[in-house]
Amino acid sequence: MAKVPVQFTLNGSEKAEFVESGTTLLHALRDKIGDTSPKGGCHQGTCGACSVIIDGELRLSCLTLAETCNGTDIKTTAGLAEGGVLHPLQRAFLDAFATQCGFCTPGMIMAAKVLLDRTPNPSREEVIEALSGNICRCTGYEPIIQAVLTAARANSQNAA
Amino acid sequence: MSLALRTFSSVKDANTALQVSGTRYLGGGTLVIRAANEGDVSVSSLIRVTDPGLSQIAVSDDKVWLGASVTMAAIARRPELAALAPAARAVGGPAIRNMATVGGNLFATAPYGDFAVALLALDATVATEDGEMPIETFLAGRDTSRAIVTAVGFSLPKAESFRFLKVSRIKPKGISVLSIAAHLQRTVDGSVTSARIALGCMADRPMRAKAAEKALLGCKLTPQEIAPALAAAVEGIAPITDPIASAWYRAEVLPVHLGRLLLT
Ligand SMILES: Cc1cc2nc3c(=O)[nH]c(=O)nc-3n(C[C@H](O)[C@H](O)[C@H](O)COP(=O)(O)OP(=O)(O)OC[C@H]3O[C@@H](n4cnc5c(N)ncnc54)[C@H](O)[C@@H]3O)c2cc1C
Ligand code: FES
Ligand code: FES
Repeated sequence: MAKVPVQFTLNGSEKAEFVESGTTLLHALRDKIGDTSPKGGCHQGTCGACSVIIDGELRLSCLTLAETCNGTDIKTTAGLAEGGVLHPLQRAFLDAFATQCGFCTPGMIMAAKVLLDRTPNPSREEVIEALSGNICRCTGYEPIIQAVLTAARANSQNAA
Repeated sequence: MSLALRTFSSVKDANTALQVSGTRYLGGGTLVIRAANEGDVSVSSLIRVTDPGLSQIAVSDDKVWLGASVTMAAIARRPELAALAPAARAVGGPAIRNMATVGGNLFATAPYGDFAVALLALDATVATEDGEMPIETFLAGRDTSRAIVTAVGFSLPKAESFRFLKVSRIKPKGISVLSIAAHLQRTVDGSVTSARIALGCMADRPMRAKAAEKALLGCKLTPQEIAPALAAAVEGIAPITDPIASAWYRAEVLPVHLGRLLLT
Protein backbone atom coordinates (compact mmCIF):
# COMPACT_ATOMS: atom_id res chain seq x y z
CA MET A 1 0.00 0.00 0.00
CA ALA A 2 1.29 3.41 -0.98
CA LYS A 3 2.60 5.67 1.76
CA VAL A 4 1.54 9.27 1.74
CA PRO A 5 3.09 12.22 3.56
CA VAL A 6 1.07 14.00 6.22
CA GLN A 7 2.10 17.24 7.81
CA PHE A 8 0.28 19.21 10.46
CA THR A 9 0.76 21.17 13.64
CA LEU A 10 0.12 19.12 16.75
CA ASN A 11 -0.19 21.04 19.99
CA GLY A 12 2.02 23.79 18.58
CA SER A 13 4.78 21.68 17.07
CA GLU A 14 5.21 20.68 13.44
CA LYS A 15 4.77 17.00 12.67
CA ALA A 16 5.57 15.20 9.43
CA GLU A 17 5.03 11.48 8.91
CA PHE A 18 4.49 8.95 6.19
CA VAL A 19 1.35 6.90 6.67
CA GLU A 20 -0.44 4.34 4.57
CA SER A 21 -3.17 5.96 2.49
CA GLY A 22 -6.49 5.49 4.29
CA THR A 23 -4.94 5.64 7.79
CA THR A 24 -7.19 7.32 10.32
CA LEU A 25 -5.94 10.33 12.22
CA LEU A 26 -6.48 8.38 15.45
CA HIS A 27 -4.11 5.66 14.27
CA ALA A 28 -1.56 8.20 13.00
CA LEU A 29 -1.57 10.13 16.28
CA ARG A 30 -1.35 7.13 18.56
CA ASP A 31 0.77 4.66 16.68
CA LYS A 32 2.92 6.86 14.44
CA ILE A 33 3.37 10.10 16.34
CA GLY A 34 3.03 8.68 19.85
CA ASP A 35 0.32 10.97 21.22
CA THR A 36 -1.87 8.42 22.99
CA SER A 37 -4.21 10.96 24.58
CA PRO A 38 -6.99 10.37 22.01
CA LYS A 39 -8.49 6.97 22.81
CA GLY A 40 -9.96 4.41 20.45
CA GLY A 41 -13.19 3.31 22.09
CA CYS A 42 -15.49 2.29 19.28
CA HIS A 43 -13.97 3.40 15.95
CA GLN A 44 -17.57 4.09 14.93
CA GLY A 45 -18.06 7.71 15.89
CA THR A 46 -20.25 6.74 18.81
CA CYS A 47 -18.18 7.17 21.97
CA GLY A 48 -16.25 10.43 21.45
CA ALA A 49 -13.12 9.13 23.21
CA CYS A 50 -11.06 9.95 20.10
CA SER A 51 -12.21 13.61 19.93
CA VAL A 52 -9.57 16.12 18.91
CA ILE A 53 -9.75 19.78 17.90
CA ILE A 54 -8.89 20.48 14.26
CA ASP A 55 -8.67 24.14 13.25
CA GLY A 56 -10.78 25.04 16.27
CA GLU A 57 -13.54 22.48 15.62
CA LEU A 58 -14.28 19.28 17.49
CA ARG A 59 -13.73 16.21 15.29
CA LEU A 60 -13.65 12.47 15.69
CA SER A 61 -10.17 11.27 14.84
CA CYS A 62 -11.40 7.70 14.29
CA LEU A 63 -13.51 8.83 11.32
CA THR A 64 -11.00 11.33 9.91
CA LEU A 65 -8.32 10.24 7.46
CA ALA A 66 -4.87 11.53 8.44
CA GLU A 67 -4.08 12.68 4.92
CA THR A 68 -7.10 15.03 4.91
CA CYS A 69 -5.48 16.92 7.80
CA ASN A 70 -2.51 18.28 5.86
CA GLY A 71 -1.79 21.85 6.87
CA THR A 72 -4.24 21.86 9.78
CA ASP A 73 -3.76 22.82 13.40
CA ILE A 74 -4.57 19.88 15.68
CA LYS A 75 -4.96 20.01 19.42
CA THR A 76 -5.22 17.05 21.77
CA THR A 77 -5.53 16.78 25.53
CA ALA A 78 -1.82 15.92 25.73
CA GLY A 79 -1.02 19.51 24.78
CA LEU A 80 -3.13 21.25 27.41
CA ALA A 81 -0.84 21.35 30.43
CA GLU A 82 1.73 24.14 30.29
CA GLY A 83 5.10 23.68 31.98
CA GLY A 84 3.74 20.97 34.25
CA VAL A 85 0.73 23.09 35.29
CA LEU A 86 -2.57 21.45 34.48
CA HIS A 87 -5.16 23.27 32.36
CA PRO A 88 -8.16 24.51 34.41
CA LEU A 89 -10.32 21.80 32.82
CA GLN A 90 -7.86 19.07 33.81
CA ARG A 91 -7.64 20.50 37.34
CA ALA A 92 -11.44 20.65 37.62
CA PHE A 93 -11.86 17.06 36.35
CA LEU A 94 -9.46 15.84 39.03
CA ASP A 95 -11.01 17.91 41.81
CA ALA A 96 -14.60 16.95 40.92
CA PHE A 97 -13.77 13.24 40.59
CA ALA A 98 -14.99 13.56 37.01
CA THR A 99 -12.57 10.90 35.89
CA GLN A 100 -12.63 7.31 37.10
CA CYS A 101 -11.19 4.85 34.62
CA GLY A 102 -10.20 7.89 32.58
CA PHE A 103 -10.88 6.42 29.17
CA CYS A 104 -13.47 9.03 28.19
CA THR A 105 -11.63 11.92 29.85
CA PRO A 106 -9.43 13.21 26.99
CA GLY A 107 -12.45 13.28 24.66
CA MET A 108 -14.64 14.93 27.28
CA ILE A 109 -11.96 17.56 27.88
CA MET A 110 -11.63 18.31 24.16
CA ALA A 111 -15.41 18.69 23.83
CA ALA A 112 -15.47 20.92 26.89
CA LYS A 113 -12.55 22.99 25.62
CA VAL A 114 -14.22 23.97 22.34
CA LEU A 115 -17.30 24.89 24.33
CA LEU A 116 -15.42 27.14 26.77
CA ASP A 117 -13.34 28.69 23.98
CA ARG A 118 -16.56 29.95 22.39
CA THR A 119 -18.87 30.20 25.38
CA PRO A 120 -16.79 31.08 28.46
CA ASN A 121 -19.82 31.04 30.78
CA PRO A 122 -22.01 28.20 29.55
CA SER A 123 -25.30 27.15 31.09
CA ARG A 124 -25.75 23.61 32.37
CA GLU A 125 -27.81 22.84 29.25
CA GLU A 126 -25.04 24.11 27.01
CA VAL A 127 -22.53 21.87 28.80
CA ILE A 128 -24.80 18.84 28.39
CA GLU A 129 -25.30 19.61 24.71
CA ALA A 130 -21.54 20.07 24.16
CA LEU A 131 -20.78 16.70 25.77
CA SER A 132 -23.66 14.88 24.10
CA GLY A 133 -21.41 13.02 21.66
CA ASN A 134 -19.20 11.63 24.43
CA ILE A 135 -19.99 8.51 26.40
CA CYS A 136 -18.79 7.79 29.94
CA ARG A 137 -19.52 4.40 31.50
CA CYS A 138 -18.13 5.25 34.94
CA THR A 139 -19.09 8.62 36.39
CA GLY A 140 -22.78 8.98 35.64
CA TYR A 141 -21.94 12.30 33.94
CA GLU A 142 -22.92 14.60 36.80
CA PRO A 143 -19.32 15.08 38.09
CA ILE A 144 -18.22 15.82 34.50
CA ILE A 145 -20.88 18.48 34.05
CA GLN A 146 -19.90 20.00 37.39
CA ALA A 147 -16.21 19.95 36.46
CA VAL A 148 -16.85 21.86 33.24
CA LEU A 149 -18.97 24.43 35.05
CA THR A 150 -16.26 24.80 37.71
CA ALA A 151 -13.55 25.26 35.09
CA ALA A 152 -15.69 27.92 33.41
CA ARG A 153 -16.00 29.80 36.72
CA ALA A 154 -12.25 29.49 37.36
CA ASN A 155 -11.57 30.90 33.89
CA SER A 156 -13.86 33.87 34.31
CA GLN A 157 -12.36 34.64 37.74
CA ASN A 158 -8.87 34.59 36.26
CA ALA A 159 -10.01 36.89 33.48
CA ALA A 160 -11.67 39.33 35.91
CA MET B 1 -7.90 -1.48 6.65
CA SER B 2 -6.82 -1.04 3.11
CA LEU B 3 -8.13 2.16 1.62
CA ALA B 4 -6.58 4.54 -0.83
CA LEU B 5 -7.71 8.14 -0.95
CA ARG B 6 -7.47 10.20 -4.11
CA THR B 7 -8.00 13.94 -4.04
CA PHE B 8 -9.31 15.95 -6.99
CA SER B 9 -9.76 19.66 -7.38
CA SER B 10 -12.67 19.37 -9.81
CA VAL B 11 -15.93 17.42 -9.65
CA LYS B 12 -15.58 16.48 -13.32
CA ASP B 13 -12.30 14.59 -12.88
CA ALA B 14 -13.56 13.00 -9.69
CA ASN B 15 -16.72 11.79 -11.43
CA THR B 16 -14.60 9.98 -14.00
CA ALA B 17 -12.50 8.35 -11.27
CA LEU B 18 -15.66 7.32 -9.42
CA GLN B 19 -16.76 5.03 -12.26
CA VAL B 20 -14.14 2.43 -11.24
CA SER B 21 -15.71 -0.34 -9.14
CA GLY B 22 -14.86 -0.39 -5.43
CA THR B 23 -14.57 3.39 -5.47
CA ARG B 24 -16.70 5.58 -3.24
CA TYR B 25 -17.01 9.30 -2.70
CA LEU B 26 -15.80 10.63 0.67
CA GLY B 27 -17.93 13.36 2.20
CA GLY B 28 -17.49 13.94 5.92
CA GLY B 29 -16.68 10.26 6.27
CA THR B 30 -18.97 9.62 9.25
CA LEU B 31 -20.60 6.70 7.46
CA VAL B 32 -18.07 5.61 4.92
CA ILE B 33 -15.01 5.57 7.24
CA ARG B 34 -17.11 3.97 9.92
CA ALA B 35 -18.00 1.20 7.48
CA ALA B 36 -14.32 0.74 6.62
CA ASN B 37 -13.41 0.61 10.33
CA GLU B 38 -16.05 -2.07 10.77
CA GLY B 39 -14.44 -4.17 8.09
CA ASP B 40 -16.49 -3.30 4.99
CA VAL B 41 -14.14 -4.39 2.23
CA SER B 42 -16.46 -3.40 -0.62
CA VAL B 43 -14.72 -0.03 -0.69
CA SER B 44 -11.06 -0.07 -1.66
CA SER B 45 -10.68 3.46 -2.89
CA LEU B 46 -12.09 6.80 -1.81
CA ILE B 47 -12.40 9.96 -3.84
CA ARG B 48 -12.67 13.46 -2.50
CA VAL B 49 -13.03 16.85 -4.10
CA THR B 50 -11.49 19.99 -2.65
CA ASP B 51 -13.39 22.51 -4.83
CA PRO B 52 -14.39 25.22 -2.29
CA GLY B 53 -17.66 25.75 -4.20
CA LEU B 54 -18.91 22.48 -2.67
CA SER B 55 -18.76 24.07 0.80
CA GLN B 56 -20.69 27.20 -0.13
CA ILE B 57 -24.07 28.29 1.17
CA ALA B 58 -25.82 30.68 -1.21
CA VAL B 59 -28.97 32.47 -0.09
CA SER B 60 -30.59 34.95 -2.46
CA ASP B 61 -34.13 36.21 -1.94
CA ASP B 62 -35.83 33.07 -0.74
CA LYS B 63 -33.78 30.57 -2.77
CA VAL B 64 -31.08 28.55 -1.02
CA TRP B 65 -28.30 26.42 -2.48
CA LEU B 66 -26.31 24.28 -0.08
CA GLY B 67 -23.08 22.84 -1.48
CA ALA B 68 -22.85 19.07 -0.93
CA SER B 69 -19.90 19.47 1.47
CA VAL B 70 -21.71 21.96 3.71
CA THR B 71 -21.83 20.51 7.22
CA MET B 72 -24.73 20.30 9.64
CA ALA B 73 -22.82 22.65 11.99
CA ALA B 74 -22.46 25.25 9.22
CA ILE B 75 -26.21 25.15 8.53
CA ALA B 76 -27.11 25.36 12.23
CA ARG B 77 -25.08 28.53 12.73
CA ARG B 78 -26.38 30.45 9.67
CA PRO B 79 -29.03 32.93 10.85
CA GLU B 80 -30.86 32.98 7.47
CA LEU B 81 -31.31 29.20 7.70
CA ALA B 82 -32.93 29.28 11.15
CA ALA B 83 -35.95 27.34 9.87
CA LEU B 84 -33.62 24.43 9.06
CA ALA B 85 -31.50 24.62 12.21
CA PRO B 86 -33.64 22.12 14.17
CA ALA B 87 -33.14 19.53 11.42
CA ALA B 88 -29.39 20.20 11.18
CA ARG B 89 -29.02 20.05 14.96
CA ALA B 90 -30.89 16.75 15.01
CA VAL B 91 -27.93 15.01 13.39
CA GLY B 92 -25.55 13.37 15.90
CA GLY B 93 -23.51 15.18 18.54
CA PRO B 94 -21.33 18.27 18.07
CA ALA B 95 -18.34 16.46 16.53
CA ILE B 96 -20.54 14.54 14.09
CA ARG B 97 -22.24 17.79 13.05
CA ASN B 98 -18.85 19.34 12.31
CA MET B 99 -18.16 16.48 9.90
CA ALA B 100 -21.54 15.27 8.55
CA THR B 101 -22.33 16.79 5.15
CA VAL B 102 -25.55 17.52 3.30
CA GLY B 103 -24.42 15.24 0.45
CA GLY B 104 -23.75 12.33 2.80
CA ASN B 105 -27.09 12.75 4.54
CA LEU B 106 -28.87 12.23 1.20
CA PHE B 107 -27.30 8.76 1.00
CA ALA B 108 -27.71 7.78 4.67
CA THR B 109 -29.95 4.78 5.24
CA ALA B 110 -32.49 4.80 8.07
CA PRO B 111 -32.31 5.39 11.01
CA TYR B 112 -30.09 8.14 9.59
CA GLY B 113 -30.99 10.80 7.06
CA ASP B 114 -32.81 13.23 9.36
CA PHE B 115 -31.73 16.26 7.35
CA ALA B 116 -32.77 14.60 4.09
CA VAL B 117 -36.26 14.23 5.61
CA ALA B 118 -36.40 18.01 5.95
CA LEU B 119 -35.13 18.43 2.38
CA LEU B 120 -37.81 16.06 1.08
CA ALA B 121 -40.57 18.07 2.76
CA LEU B 122 -39.10 21.18 1.13
CA ASP B 123 -39.22 19.56 -2.32
CA ALA B 124 -35.51 20.22 -2.76
CA THR B 125 -33.64 19.89 -6.03
CA VAL B 126 -30.51 17.72 -6.13
CA ALA B 127 -27.77 18.86 -8.48
CA THR B 128 -25.03 16.79 -10.13
CA GLU B 129 -22.78 17.53 -13.10
CA ASP B 130 -25.46 15.96 -15.31
CA GLY B 131 -28.19 18.35 -14.22
CA GLU B 132 -30.84 18.74 -11.57
CA MET B 133 -33.60 16.45 -10.37
CA PRO B 134 -36.32 16.51 -7.72
CA ILE B 135 -35.17 14.98 -4.44
CA GLU B 136 -37.88 12.33 -4.66
CA THR B 137 -36.48 11.05 -7.95
CA PHE B 138 -32.97 11.24 -6.52
CA LEU B 139 -33.85 9.25 -3.40
CA ALA B 140 -35.61 6.56 -5.42
CA GLY B 141 -32.53 6.03 -7.60
CA ARG B 142 -29.73 6.71 -5.15
CA ASP B 143 -28.59 3.09 -4.79
CA THR B 144 -27.41 3.01 -8.38
CA SER B 145 -26.39 6.65 -8.63
CA ARG B 146 -22.70 7.08 -9.44
CA ALA B 147 -22.61 10.85 -9.87
CA ILE B 148 -21.25 13.21 -7.24
CA VAL B 149 -23.97 15.39 -5.78
CA THR B 150 -22.75 18.98 -5.98
CA ALA B 151 -25.54 20.88 -4.23
CA VAL B 152 -29.14 20.90 -3.06
CA GLY B 153 -31.46 23.82 -3.70
CA PHE B 154 -34.83 24.76 -2.23
CA SER B 155 -37.05 27.73 -1.51
CA LEU B 156 -36.51 28.94 2.01
CA PRO B 157 -39.68 28.19 3.97
CA LYS B 158 -41.23 30.76 6.23
CA ALA B 159 -40.44 29.72 9.79
CA GLU B 160 -44.12 29.32 10.69
CA SER B 161 -44.87 27.08 7.70
CA PHE B 162 -42.08 24.57 8.36
CA ARG B 163 -42.03 22.11 11.23
CA PHE B 164 -39.52 19.41 12.10
CA LEU B 165 -39.57 16.77 14.79
CA LYS B 166 -37.08 14.07 15.64
CA VAL B 167 -38.02 11.55 18.28
CA SER B 168 -35.19 9.74 20.02
CA ARG B 169 -34.82 7.85 23.27
CA ILE B 170 -31.57 9.41 24.44
CA LYS B 171 -31.52 13.14 25.14
CA PRO B 172 -30.24 15.51 23.93
CA LYS B 173 -28.77 13.38 21.18
CA GLY B 174 -29.79 9.98 19.97
CA ILE B 175 -30.66 7.93 16.94
CA SER B 176 -34.13 8.49 15.49
CA VAL B 177 -37.13 6.45 16.46
CA LEU B 178 -38.58 8.55 13.68
CA SER B 179 -38.35 12.02 12.22
CA ILE B 180 -41.04 14.09 10.55
CA ALA B 181 -40.87 17.30 8.53
CA ALA B 182 -43.98 19.17 7.44
CA HIS B 183 -44.24 22.12 5.08
CA LEU B 184 -47.74 23.58 5.30
CA GLN B 185 -49.34 26.56 3.59
CA ARG B 186 -52.44 27.88 5.28
CA THR B 187 -55.05 30.55 4.66
CA VAL B 188 -55.47 33.41 7.13
CA ASP B 189 -58.21 31.49 8.90
CA GLY B 190 -55.81 28.56 9.32
CA SER B 191 -57.09 26.05 6.75
CA VAL B 192 -54.38 24.00 5.07
CA THR B 193 -54.04 24.80 1.36
CA SER B 194 -50.98 22.69 0.67
CA ALA B 195 -49.10 20.10 2.69
CA ARG B 196 -45.89 18.20 2.13
CA ILE B 197 -44.99 15.75 4.87
CA ALA B 198 -41.81 13.68 4.91
CA LEU B 199 -41.04 10.78 7.24
CA GLY B 200 -37.77 9.26 8.42
CA CYS B 201 -37.37 5.62 9.58
CA MET B 202 -40.65 4.67 7.89
CA ALA B 203 -38.71 3.02 5.05
CA ASP B 204 -35.00 2.55 4.32
CA ARG B 205 -34.95 6.16 3.10
CA PRO B 206 -37.04 9.30 3.62
CA MET B 207 -40.56 8.99 2.19
CA ARG B 208 -43.61 11.20 1.81
CA ALA B 209 -46.85 10.64 3.71
CA LYS B 210 -48.96 11.33 0.63
CA ALA B 211 -52.27 10.06 2.00
CA ALA B 212 -51.86 12.23 5.10
CA GLU B 213 -50.95 15.24 2.95
CA LYS B 214 -54.16 14.80 0.97
CA ALA B 215 -56.29 14.29 4.07
CA LEU B 216 -54.97 17.52 5.58
CA LEU B 217 -56.14 19.73 2.71
CA GLY B 218 -58.86 22.12 3.84
CA CYS B 219 -58.39 21.17 7.50
CA LYS B 220 -57.72 23.48 10.39
CA LEU B 221 -55.04 22.20 12.74
CA THR B 222 -57.38 20.98 15.47
CA PRO B 223 -57.45 17.47 16.98
CA GLN B 224 -60.80 16.70 15.32
CA GLU B 225 -59.91 17.93 11.85
CA ILE B 226 -56.46 16.32 11.63
CA ALA B 227 -57.67 12.90 12.85
CA PRO B 228 -58.18 11.47 9.32
CA ALA B 229 -54.70 12.64 8.31
CA LEU B 230 -53.15 10.93 11.33
CA ALA B 231 -54.96 7.69 10.48
CA ALA B 232 -53.74 7.99 6.89
CA ALA B 233 -50.10 8.61 7.88
CA VAL B 234 -49.34 4.89 8.13
CA GLU B 235 -50.44 4.19 4.54
CA GLY B 236 -47.55 2.77 2.51
CA ILE B 237 -45.00 2.78 5.32
CA ALA B 238 -42.52 -0.05 5.88
CA PRO B 239 -40.69 1.07 9.03
CA ILE B 240 -37.25 -0.27 9.87
CA THR B 241 -36.53 -2.51 12.84
CA ASP B 242 -33.30 -1.81 14.72
CA PRO B 243 -32.08 -1.82 18.35
CA ILE B 244 -33.90 1.48 18.92
CA ALA B 245 -37.38 0.32 17.96
CA SER B 246 -39.28 -2.36 16.07
CA ALA B 247 -41.21 -1.66 12.88
CA TRP B 248 -44.42 -2.31 14.83
CA TYR B 249 -43.53 0.28 17.47
CA ARG B 250 -42.55 2.89 14.92
CA ALA B 251 -45.85 2.43 13.07
CA GLU B 252 -47.82 2.66 16.32
CA VAL B 253 -46.25 5.93 17.46
CA LEU B 254 -46.11 7.69 14.08
CA PRO B 255 -49.68 9.10 14.25
CA VAL B 256 -49.08 10.23 17.84
CA HIS B 257 -45.97 12.21 16.94
CA LEU B 258 -47.42 13.56 13.71
CA GLY B 259 -50.35 14.82 15.78
CA ARG B 260 -48.02 16.52 18.24
CA LEU B 261 -46.10 18.16 15.41
CA LEU B 262 -49.25 19.43 13.70
CA LEU B 263 -50.82 20.72 16.90
CA THR B 264 -47.80 22.64 18.22
C1 LIG C 1 -22.26 8.45 16.00
C2 LIG C 1 -23.08 8.83 14.79
C3 LIG C 1 -24.31 9.44 14.96
C4 LIG C 1 -25.07 9.81 13.87
N1 LIG C 1 -26.28 10.40 14.08
C5 LIG C 1 -27.02 10.77 13.01
C6 LIG C 1 -28.29 11.38 13.21
O1 LIG C 1 -28.72 11.61 14.34
N2 LIG C 1 -29.02 11.72 12.11
C7 LIG C 1 -28.56 11.50 10.84
O2 LIG C 1 -29.24 11.86 9.88
N3 LIG C 1 -27.38 10.90 10.63
C8 LIG C 1 -26.60 10.52 11.68
N4 LIG C 1 -25.41 9.90 11.47
C9 LIG C 1 -25.03 9.52 10.11
C10 LIG C 1 -24.18 10.52 9.36
O3 LIG C 1 -23.29 11.19 10.22
C11 LIG C 1 -24.99 11.57 8.61
O4 LIG C 1 -26.03 10.96 7.89
C12 LIG C 1 -24.12 12.40 7.67
O5 LIG C 1 -24.87 13.48 7.13
C13 LIG C 1 -23.47 11.61 6.56
O6 LIG C 1 -22.65 12.52 5.85
P1 LIG C 1 -21.08 12.29 5.61
O7 LIG C 1 -20.62 13.47 4.86
O8 LIG C 1 -20.36 11.99 6.85
O9 LIG C 1 -21.15 11.00 4.70
P2 LIG C 1 -19.99 10.04 4.18
O10 LIG C 1 -19.72 9.00 5.20
O11 LIG C 1 -18.84 10.83 3.68
O12 LIG C 1 -20.74 9.40 2.94
C14 LIG C 1 -21.89 8.58 3.09
C15 LIG C 1 -22.27 7.99 1.73
O13 LIG C 1 -22.71 9.01 0.85
C16 LIG C 1 -21.89 9.11 -0.30
N5 LIG C 1 -21.71 10.53 -0.57
C17 LIG C 1 -21.40 11.50 0.35
N6 LIG C 1 -21.38 12.70 -0.21
C18 LIG C 1 -21.67 12.51 -1.54
C19 LIG C 1 -21.78 13.38 -2.66
N7 LIG C 1 -21.62 14.70 -2.55
N8 LIG C 1 -22.08 12.83 -3.86
C20 LIG C 1 -22.24 11.50 -4.00
N9 LIG C 1 -22.15 10.63 -2.97
C21 LIG C 1 -21.87 11.13 -1.75
C22 LIG C 1 -20.61 8.39 0.08
O14 LIG C 1 -19.97 7.86 -1.03
C23 LIG C 1 -21.09 7.34 1.03
O15 LIG C 1 -21.56 6.24 0.32
C24 LIG C 1 -24.60 9.54 12.56
C25 LIG C 1 -23.36 8.94 12.37
C26 LIG C 1 -22.59 8.58 13.48
C27 LIG C 1 -21.27 7.94 13.24
S1 FES D 1 -13.28 5.91 18.89
FE1 FES D 1 -13.93 7.63 17.74
S2 FES D 1 -15.90 7.96 18.50
FE2 FES D 1 -15.34 6.14 19.55
S1 FES E 1 -14.28 7.75 33.49
FE1 FES E 1 -14.46 5.73 32.73
S2 FES E 1 -15.51 6.07 30.86
FE2 FES E 1 -15.61 8.00 31.80
